Amino acid sequence: MTTQKHNDTDRSAVMIRIEELVPQARFSLRVRSERARVLSESLGLALPVRIGSVERKGEVEALCLGPDEWCVLAPDKRRDALIEASRAAYAKIPHAFCDVSDREVVLRLSGPEALTALTTGIARDIESMEVGSAARTAFDTATVILWRDDENSFRMDVWRSFLPHVRALLDLAQAEFAAGL
Amino acid sequence: MLLIHCPYCEETLPEAEFAYAGEAHIDRPADPSALSDEEWRDYLFIRSNVKGPHFERWRHVHGCARFFNAVRDTVSDKFMTTYKAGDPRPDLTAEEAAQ
Ligand SMILES: [Zn+2]
Repeated sequence: MTTQKHNDTDRSAVMIRIEELVPQARFSLRVRSERARVLSESLGLALPVRIGSVERKGEVEALCLGPDEWCVLAPDKRRDALIEASRAAYAKIPHAFCDVSDREVVLRLSGPEALTALTTGIARDIESMEVGSAARTAFDTATVILWRDDENSFRMDVWRSFLPHVRALLDLAQAEFAAGL
Repeated sequence: MLLIHCPYCEETLPEAEFAYAGEAHIDRPADPSALSDEEWRDYLFIRSNVKGPHFERWRHVHGCARFFNAVRDTVSDKFMTTYKAGDPRPDLTAEEAAQ
């Protein structure tokens, strides 16, 4: 009996792995779409124009969330330089570039059942999401950003105060996999 | 669950990502203090409450966060079309003929 339980736990860990990732710099960028291109040059970013698409330039990722809204992720060491570039561009290109690094906690969900576990809280069709794309959506009642990094590897950015709720639902899904449900 | 087409995301997505926001194409009076109490009441509270195609606002709140407009048949609860905020009322003759 004890052995059986041990095997089940191992199996669920292989089918879906959930980890909290190391924090990095996160910015909320708002700028009118017609000024996005010139601003992206000033900040040294690549800003995608289609909602849900992601552009990477070096270690910096930019996701288009809305017609005038982007999420920018960067390594900690780039933070000050990006803020400085935004400040320098501000007089000519009105925009908002806010450091919101502490707002979200990032979960990595991977393994063959990662997608199924996400469907327990997300109503949108995750299977049809392209690898490399991302979307702001809702997990249960919490707004999240879901990144599909690979076929079976996702990142989910969860607002800090919603994390215990989201984590409890994912842990429940994981327990159900372990029980073979 | 209803599926709603967001005209900004250009995707058809579950209702859970959206919030209803009342009747569409109601302009705020340019000079509210020039209105009588009755006119102000009508602006604030009186709605058409149609049976059939209803022009209404929705917000893609767990998504691109935009407000947009939709035409929904209040009898069948089917969305006939959606369009960006600021666009004129769409011509419904084609949709109505199809029904
Ligand atoms: Zn949208």
